[in-house]
Amino acid sequence: MKGPIYIMWLRQVKKYWRSKPRMIGALGQPLLFLLAFGFGFGPIFQKAGGGNYIEFLAPGIIAMSILFTAMFTGIEVIWDRRFGFLKETLVAPVSRTQIMIGRTLGGATVSFLQGIVVILMSLLIGFSITHWALLPGAILFMFLIAMLFTAFGTAIASRLDDMQAFPLIMNFLIMPIFFLSGALFPLEGLPKGLELVIKLNPLSYGVDGLRGTLTGAFHFSLMLDLAVMLGVTLAIGIIGTWLFSKIEV
Amino acid sequence: MEELAIVAKDLVKNFNGFTAVDHVSFTVKQGEMFAFLGPNGAGKTTTIKMLTTLLQPTAGTILINGNDPVKQQDLVRKSFGIVFQDPSLDDDLTAYENMEFHAAFYHVPDNQREERIRVLLNFVELWERKDNMVKTFSGGMKRRLEIARGLIHHPKILFLDEPTIGLDPQTRNHMWEYIKDLNKKEKMTVFFTTHYMEEAEKASDKIAIIDKGKIISQGTAAGIKKSTKKSSLEDAFLELTGRKIRDEDASATDRMRTHRKAWGR
Repeated sequence: MKGPIYIMWLRQVKKYWRSKPRMIGALGQPLLFLLAFGFGFGPIFQKAGGGNYIEFLAPGIIAMSILFTAMFTGIEVIWDRRFGFLKETLVAPVSRTQIMIGRTLGGATVSFLQGIVVILMSLLIGFSITHWALLPGAILFMFLIAMLFTAFGTAIASRLDDMQAFPLIMNFLIMPIFFLSGALFPLEGLPKGLELVIKLNPLSYGVDGLRGTLTGAFHFSLMLDLAVMLGVTLAIGIIGTWLFSKIEV
Repeated sequence: MEELAIVAKDLVKNFNGFTAVDHVSFTVKQGEMFAFLGPNGAGKTTTIKMLTTLLQPTAGTILINGNDPVKQQDLVRKSFGIVFQDPSLDDDLTAYENMEFHAAFYHVPDNQREERIRVLLNFVELWERKDNMVKTFSGGMKRRLEIARGLIHHPKILFLDEPTIGLDPQTRNHMWEYIKDLNKKEKMTVFFTTHYMEEAEKASDKIAIIDKGKIISQGTAAGIKKSTKKSSLEDAFLELTGRKIRDEDASATDRMRTHRKAWGR
């Protein structure tokens, strides 16, 4: 039976697949980051004893592209509201929880695919996967990052009714989540304040899990990364569903 | 006794102290074409939203096919179809996909979906365009698609909130023919709002006129004309609601513009 969750998921994936400019556009940023940071900071990173910077950076950039795509797909609820499609789903005999699950799975799939493309891209640039056996773990982390931030985007969008707040979300949520996650720099020997912020940021555990499973270097530990990501994804999922169920049109 | 499709009793909706709907009561019989008329901002859309589970009434009771929209949401939702005042299609999907989406959301069995979509798209003469993106459709085509979509789960009641707004006379006539046809053949109850009085007069069995949240007149078109001693429904409507032009609440888009102005400089 092709039910509501499936059709909601399918809608997101189809729309993504059809918007080729969006797909390509979304690859520009990670590519630029990989090239500029990767090769720009590479030599100094090496001299400081950090090893190969591309090796360190690539998992962070993969996480970044998933984060951005996931937040944007989540925020798309605002467009659905603006163009009236949200109403169509809300008067149907389908629970808001099902709509939320379908929407989150759809957005997560799309962002996950985006992450896969960035992995392939970084392999071309010189990134190499150290532990192929841990690849399923890396895929799990990518999917968890995608789920977490799609749900987060949807939760935020449930409380907004137009795009005014979008620059605010971009500058005060998405950017700090990315920059303060250890995606770009190692977490050893940081000032106490910064370290605290990073420890409170769920993406830090996502990036660390992804980096650990791809290259073998964990800052926290596999178990801690997994536990935090699972827990936070579940919590945000529940809060997001609750906020989504409160939408009135 | 005849079955009642819709019962509204002492319906009230307050928005932060503003009473949009004020003790509204009416009944619609099964198989009836019911016109709900009123100037902009009179409370028509708010009433429809309460009848269709999108808003919770502040007070009063509603029965839709014998079920309460507040307590038996899903039963109520399964039993009606709706065409909203503003478009509610996904522009980035094809006509067929929009229909498929709706069928899945209304739990139409898999093996009946294709057949029903084909029949309905043929019915609104959009079958040839089924694989085109909705964003390439004209306003009239979108409306027709929305009507077809609203019928896919065989609803007992069809709500139409200003279904003919912005359509040319040809499309409008065509549309009312479809709807009256369905009403006759399927005994489907139709609850609609419109600003075109001749449309209301031609299509409806019964009319209720609402203004400032209160129902000010109810009956057949002939009855309303008689009670106001006017020869047309339009004159009767103006007699009852006055000639002053009404403002509707700003939509989110308008609010966004105002905000931008306010913050811009």
